[in-house]
Amino acid sequence: MASFYQWFHRMGSPRWFYEKSGRWLPWLAAAAFLLIGTGLIWGLVFAPEDARQGNSFRIIYIHVPAAFLALAGYYVMAVAGAIGLIWKMKLADMVMKSAAPLGAALTFVALFTGAVWGKPTWGTYWVWDARITSMLVLLFLYLGVMALQHAYNSLDTAARASALLALVGTVNIPIIYKSVDWWYTLHQPATIKLTGAPSMHPDMFRPLLLMILGFYAFYALVLILNTRAEILHRERRTGWVQSLSE
Amino acid sequence: MGYFDSFADFVAMGGHGPYVWSAYGVSLSVLLWLVLRPIGRRRQILRQLKRQQRRQVTAAVEGRNSPT
Amino acid sequence: MPSTANRTNRSAAGQGTGFGAILIRDLLIAFRHRGEMANPLIFFVMVGTLIPLAVGPDPDRLSQLAAGIIWVMALLASLLSIDGLFHSDFEDGSLEQLLVCPKPLWLLVLAKILAHWLVTGLPLTLFSPVLGLMLSLPAKGYGTLVLGLALGTAALSLIGAIGAALTVAIRKGGLLLSLIVMPLYMPVLIFGASSVQQAVQGVSASGTLAILGALLAFSLLLAPFASAGALKVGFNG
Repeated sequence: MASFYQWFHRMGSPRWFYEKSGRWLPWLAAAAFLLIGTGLIWGLVFAPEDARQGNSFRIIYIHVPAAFLALAGYYVMAVAGAIGLIWKMKLADMVMKSAAPLGAALTFVALFTGAVWGKPTWGTYWVWDARITSMLVLLFLYLGVMALQHAYNSLDTAARASALLALVGTVNIPIIYKSVDWWYTLHQPATIKLTGAPSMHPDMFRPLLLMILGFYAFYALVLILNTRAEILHRERRTGWVQSLSE
Repeated sequence: MGYFDSFADFVAMGGHGPYVWSAYGVSLSVLLWLVLRPIGRRRQILRQLKRQQRRQVTAAVEGRNSPT
Repeated sequence: MPSTANRTNRSAAGQGTGFGAILIRDLLIAFRHRGEMANPLIFFVMVGTLIPLAVGPDPDRLSQLAAGIIWVMALLASLLSIDGLFHSDFEDGSLEQLLVCPKPLWLLVLAKILAHWLVTGLPLTLFSPVLGLMLSLPAKGYGTLVLGLALGTAALSLIGAIGAALTVAIRKGGLLLSLIVMPLYMPVLIFGASSVQQAVQGVSASGTLAILGALLAFSLLLAPFASAGALKVGFNG
């Protein structure tokens, strides 16, 4: 237990994290690049086309991983925010601040690819489908956290206020999803029937799995890169950062 | 070439080419931007620090040389 | 409702939690600024007038849209007024007094929220049938509309208080507040507007109203604590 506290304490030191994470970066970058690269080529070139949707279904290989990480990213942000809020850990504040724009960008990617995919599949770019609407709300939640983050001058206050908002959002996400779902079944238009992935063929599914894993690695990579930049920025007056630039 | 008969077939994506390629193009540019942004920021901070240090060093040297 | 409020504040004052004192104080302040009190109401009716001008006067079409429009209007009116929940107290320094006061902060915040609901949400609820008439809402919808709005505006006040607390120290925080709070308002809007639509279609809306009540209970459980925490955070910055 004592060693855990020691580890936890060290984890909270931005300098320790900066030095340690520098060694993880090449591995993460290689993993992300290989997984996403293989998944892309496999998905775009070798996977068979969908019987009903044709080749437009290949958009799934970025749409689904982006949507996955967009949602998971909100929880990463909220957990980091909670740690920063409870233990006043500076590193957690920085992770949280870095996670917000990253998650928002992935949510945007999921929405954009969904819209483009929708045109050949359902004949329209935008449908008020339950999942699409929830994704849009998720984007709003991210934008709210980012806006609050930027509104405060004090870094500590910004971190704590946006962490609180992220936590409130986390509590609300299931409620929002459930209510949007309920709303959608209430108004379900008879003409448009949206089926997600009707029993995917393994040849289609394997590249998707690679892409999801690749996106996880990519997410970790960008989160760490952002956090490192944030650490340098905040600690630029300290000795160890000064000695970095010599 | 994989599932497709020719490269032209691959680009056309069975008529869905514009959709598939615009989705992939925009997404990959966003991903690329996500990676490059923190790297650029880190470089900028380090460059600024270096400039600052050089200025401090010159100021110190000049301070020593200037007659008081 | 006022009688329950009275009873609550008397007993609360007896325990000395400050709940009653804050409630009475905020109601008095609101009553002295009666003009301001009417603003959300005027906004509610005015935007209700804009809709027929934009969509056309056809009663059939209006009656289809009425439930949704009234609910969106109520939401916006509540949103506009929630900005002021802590603001004047912040400016004249009495918020600081609340924060250093030894009484539990969440209870004081709850008193302020209740006062806010009594001067905005409740009038909006009572006034909504008039708007329903203007937008030719079918007769079957009125009961559910009033009941749903009573529950819904209370939930909106509670949720909005979190946003108001988070943005109180920010200059020009009003727009930011809307950005933060609106996604959190969505479940209330969905169930509120749906309940009226169900009633209009002749389906029993009791289940939907029950969910609205559950949302209110849930926000009652969570919002005072979250707002109290947010006030402490925002005030240090």
